[in-house]
Amino acid sequence: MTAPLLEVDDLHTTFRTPRGAMRAVDGVSLSLAAGETLGIVGESGSGKSVLGRTIMGLITNGPATQVTGSVRLAGVDVHGVKQARRRELWGTTVAMVFQDPMTSLNPVKRVGLHLTESLRLHRGLSKGAARERAVELLRQVGIPEPARRAGQYPHELSGGMRQRVVIAMALACDPQLLIADEPTTALDVTVQKQILDLLQSLAERLDMATILVSHDLGTVAGRTDRVAVMYAGRVAESAATDAVFGTPRHPYSQALIESIPSIESRPHSLLATIEGSPPNMLAPPAGCRFAARCRYAVDRCRVEAPALEPRGAAAGSVVACHFPLTAPLQHQRQEVGA
Amino acid sequence: MTVTEQAAPARTHASTLTATDVVVEFPVGRGQKVHAVSGVSLEVPPGTTLGILGESGCGKSTIGRALIQLPPPDSGSVRLGDLELTELGSRDLRRARARMQIIMQDPVSALNPRRKVKDLVWEGRSIWGHDGETPKDVLVDDMLRSVGLDPDAVRDKHPHELSGGQCQRVCIARALMMDPEVLICDEPVSSLDVSVQAQILNLLETSARSFGLSMVFIAHDVSVVKNISDQVMVMYLGKACEVVPSDEMHRTSVHPYTRLLLASIPGEPQDHPHAQQVSVELPSPLDPPSGCRFRTRCPIATDRCAAEEPRMREIAPGHTVACHHVAVGADE
Repeated sequence: MTAPLLEVDDLHTTFRTPRGAMRAVDGVSLSLAAGETLGIVGESGSGKSVLGRTIMGLITNGPATQVTGSVRLAGVDVHGVKQARRRELWGTTVAMVFQDPMTSLNPVKRVGLHLTESLRLHRGLSKGAARERAVELLRQVGIPEPARRAGQYPHELSGGMRQRVVIAMALACDPQLLIADEPTTALDVTVQKQILDLLQSLAERLDMATILVSHDLGTVAGRTDRVAVMYAGRVAESAATDAVFGTPRHPYSQALIESIPSIESRPHSLLATIEGSPPNMLAPPAGCRFAARCRYAVDRCRVEAPALEPRGAAAGSVVACHFPLTAPLQHQRQEVGA
Repeated sequence: MTVTEQAAPARTHASTLTATDVVVEFPVGRGQKVHAVSGVSLEVPPGTTLGILGESGCGKSTIGRALIQLPPPDSGSVRLGDLELTELGSRDLRRARARMQIIMQDPVSALNPRRKVKDLVWEGRSIWGHDGETPKDVLVDDMLRSVGLDPDAVRDKHPHELSGGQCQRVCIARALMMDPEVLICDEPVSSLDVSVQAQILNLLETSARSFGLSMVFIAHDVSVVKNISDQVMVMYLGKACEVVPSDEMHRTSVHPYTRLLLASIPGEPQDHPHAQQVSVELPSPLDPPSGCRFRTRCPIATDRCAAEEPRMREIAPGHTVACHHVAVGADE
């Protein structure tokens, strides 16, 4: 058996703040095989973006941050090597696509230069060869008239086109893993779908592993092999995507799925809500972090933190709950005034 | 039993909000104009909710703001009951605006950062005067409670001390304090987390009912709009494409653009023949396409679509559509 492409073991990312230690990622373990797609979902503050950046090595040990645990990417310990070695990984082994395409692009550089820069640095291509490859990459991400677009500045492109450029940049050096952090949040709905379709087809064609980080469950549904649901810095549940959406085992996953309005539901029906707000990460509660908002919580949940364990479900499915749910999800929506 | 039937007796207001042929254009120099809204008509009967759906740049926020004359439309009429808002002088307009309130997308920037919650909620009343018997503090506390906030916890806080969802609740309290007839919600949940979004949507739904409000609900998310509205108007590049009763809109809507939006919902199958998109850029609102404005992205566009602008036609009760290729009675 070959080693997985990515292995994250008991990862903690802690920010030192004037008000104390902020444990943004608090003990996350996961692994990803080559070519596999993983969705990481959670609300803002759940630590999903910090996790993505820590895997990438953009967040590492420093004056204000502490990373413990390990991230092994294609056999390299991302946080145990020198910065120079980490930089060699970026682009060639792992690449990242961020939420806002405009801030990922340099407004005073032409589109082509964004692409040729890494090609010349990592691949050592000549100017002409890099330019040819850049145009080819733009064509690959579905940009019409790629040669002309390469000569334009980012402000001349629409939001969707800019995000395509950012994706082309990420793909420039054939990474084995692409981390897309909310890649479609800043885009219009019809464009969102195009970008997600593009990411999916590229991942399949290039046999690239993908981590899709999103707050939007709909983005992840049907586009990933597995999903990890994060809550307050920890993984609440991780399983095959169909399993999470069909039979969520953690009460948080269930509540999150139920709180999304469905196109099928009747107008004016009230949505299921998760009362309260996520815990303060400067002083997270003992026990299960979701206990205060959980409709099934008992005393034990407030005292003893549940471990992320298989708990007798399908292979590869783990849940951090003392009393995992077993019944398939039913969209029970309360009618107004009922 | 539908909710509207159930709710009808509780409604106290009786003014219908009507807009006819509203045009809003913004000059951008060199004689060019952004055609933000080009002749949109709508009607919001008392106690109902009209959803306005569309992508960024379609003019949905502009029409929402034109309804409260912020800025007034370049032409067309907006009536609240018998009152023609576009012809009012500034004094009368101020008075009329108190009957309409707006909820903005970003609740944090909508609130003055230097004022306390209790003053923010009371601000409108302090301008309009308070002639009731009940003391101010009691009214503010009641209102905070009715939007799901604990008065003791938030009364003396500033907006930066609250979460986004709490700030949006303060904005809603502030609007409801004026006892408006119409509430215009411009993307009220798009900057909020999923679980908070559900809380705010439920709050708007129950408030609309208990305060007898008409609502104009503007958003880009099809499911969200469908869920809260009685009727949904779909806009594209400054024009209305389709007005459809929300109940069965995912089955009955026929305009190719509406179908495209429905097909863009993540996880929805693309079975409808109109859902396939011709992949081109959104045309510039400076120089919108001739005829049907959607034709450049439409999979079924023909020469007629370029030559002749489709008019809004009623194809079923309460269901109008502007497309040459929809036969009357095609509504399944």
